[in-house]
Amino acid sequence: MWAMNFCYLIKNNPSSRCALRRVNDPKMKALSTRHLIGIKNITEEDIQLIFETADNFKEVINRPIKKVPSLRDITVANLFFESSTRTRVSFELAERRLSADTVNFAASSSSVSKGETLLDTVNNILAMKIDMVVMRHPAPGACVYLSSRIPANIINAGDGTHEHPTQALLDAFSIREKLGDVAGKKVAIIGDILHSRVALSNVFCLLKLGAKVRVCGPPTLIPKHYAELGVEVSYDVRETLRWCDVANVLRIQLERQDIKYFPSLREYHQYFGINRQMLDELDREIVIMHPGPINRGVELTSDVADGPHNIILQQVENGVAIRMAVLYLLAAKQ
Amino acid sequence: MQTGKTLLNQAQFTLTIERLCHQLLEDWDDFSNACIIGIQPRGVLVANRIYKRLKELTGREDIEFGKLDITFYRDDFRMPEGPLAPHPNEINFIVTDKKVLLVDDVLYTGRTIQAALSALQHYGRPLAVELLVLVDRRFNRHLPIQPDYVGISVDAVDEAYVRVRWQELHGGDEILLFDKK
Repeated sequence: MWAMNFCYLIKNNPSSRCALRRVNDPKMKALSTRHLIGIKNITEEDIQLIFETADNFKEVINRPIKKVPSLRDITVANLFFESSTRTRVSFELAERRLSADTVNFAASSSSVSKGETLLDTVNNILAMKIDMVVMRHPAPGACVYLSSRIPANIINAGDGTHEHPTQALLDAFSIREKLGDVAGKKVAIIGDILHSRVALSNVFCLLKLGAKVRVCGPPTLIPKHYAELGVEVSYDVRETLRWCDVANVLRIQLERQDIKYFPSLREYHQYFGINRQMLDELDREIVIMHPGPINRGVELTSDVADGPHNIILQQVENGVAIRMAVLYLLAAKQ
Repeated sequence: MQTGKTLLNQAQFTLTIERLCHQLLEDWDDFSNACIIGIQPRGVLVANRIYKRLKELTGREDIEFGKLDITFYRDDFRMPEGPLAPHPNEINFIVTDKKVLLVDDVLYTGRTIQAALSALQHYGRPLAVELLVLVDRRFNRHLPIQPDYVGISVDAVDEAYVRVRWQELHGGDEILLFDKK
């Protein structure tokens, strides 16, 4: 019986340290924005607020009845113009856990295939009294374009090669959970930096939280002036693994590559793939992360993807809590 | 600065807590199939005092004690000033088939208790739920909710408000009534 087998994990909840301070102050600071378009546009205080709220929602999603009624009067439209497994399911779960009504839209089965524009598509959906929009679109800046033209709150679930803010938030939240704090930690982002919205959002988020960041990959997959963002650049994955506390390994985004950036996947794996032997040779344990989906045998071998060093599935669990926190905080800005 | 009218001073406060504990012992025996749950944030302070005193009176260290946060169950979630700050839940036991003593500091409209009952449902099916409050503002109720154990009853107009001060936070225990905010 579920009743015999559960217990609650809140003993180490960082927010319990603040409980006494908040006894006389039920309201907390709100987010500084009414949309979540990118990490570039939010402050460090916003990020810490999302983390504190996500701590509470992580407790909710570990209960037997994983639901709270906070967003029972909100309808959210999930507009996915690109394929997605994790992000779409994670957002939908987060919305349902908050008791919101959800509407799902997939571009392939919609009037977009008949040539309907993005703004027409969204306005038609909003005419049905939708309160919030979660959108993934292949064009960078699609969410910025919409944010000035529609009244609903917008959450960017990934816009082309621009940003994926909730992924960066859950990655940083996972680092905080595993290592105690993000500030001062050395985080390496390894892989296809050029085409990765996850990389850019992670760079912004980690730098705002005080981490040291290094990107590593083939020279053809690291944009020319990336160091100007405030990160180190390296082309040596072994040396990078020796340097870092956390390695966030990215997928090779073959679907975004119009030309060949490296000779073959086999050669990519030879020079930039991570295997168990490389991790065992390090003088300390590092944390391996991956936003998914994993190309097994390319960026990670199976013994790393399934091994003890990684927190990939914790990232997925934290993704639901982070997205619940973002929805909760943005709904208050309605 | 506004000064409030003292409803209970330190000595009276301690005596009230003592009286509540003895009332509970009379009705709940030794708390063997029961638990005490304080409503975050201020009900937890009352519940802590009751819990500590009951442990001394019964000699039992294993009375189950938890803290319940009702933020996500409130009906006033989308307040104009911003989102409400949640507090941690700490309920490390099963409430199914147990008698639950819900504890809060001030019972006013009853909406907090309604939210607490909704929240409690997500932790199991208790055998029974009883309510203990330190202050009962009897004639300000919006919902048909009444306490089972009351520290002190206060009759006041809507504009007045009650503040409970605590040794841990304010250097002394007392209950004050203020005319208006």
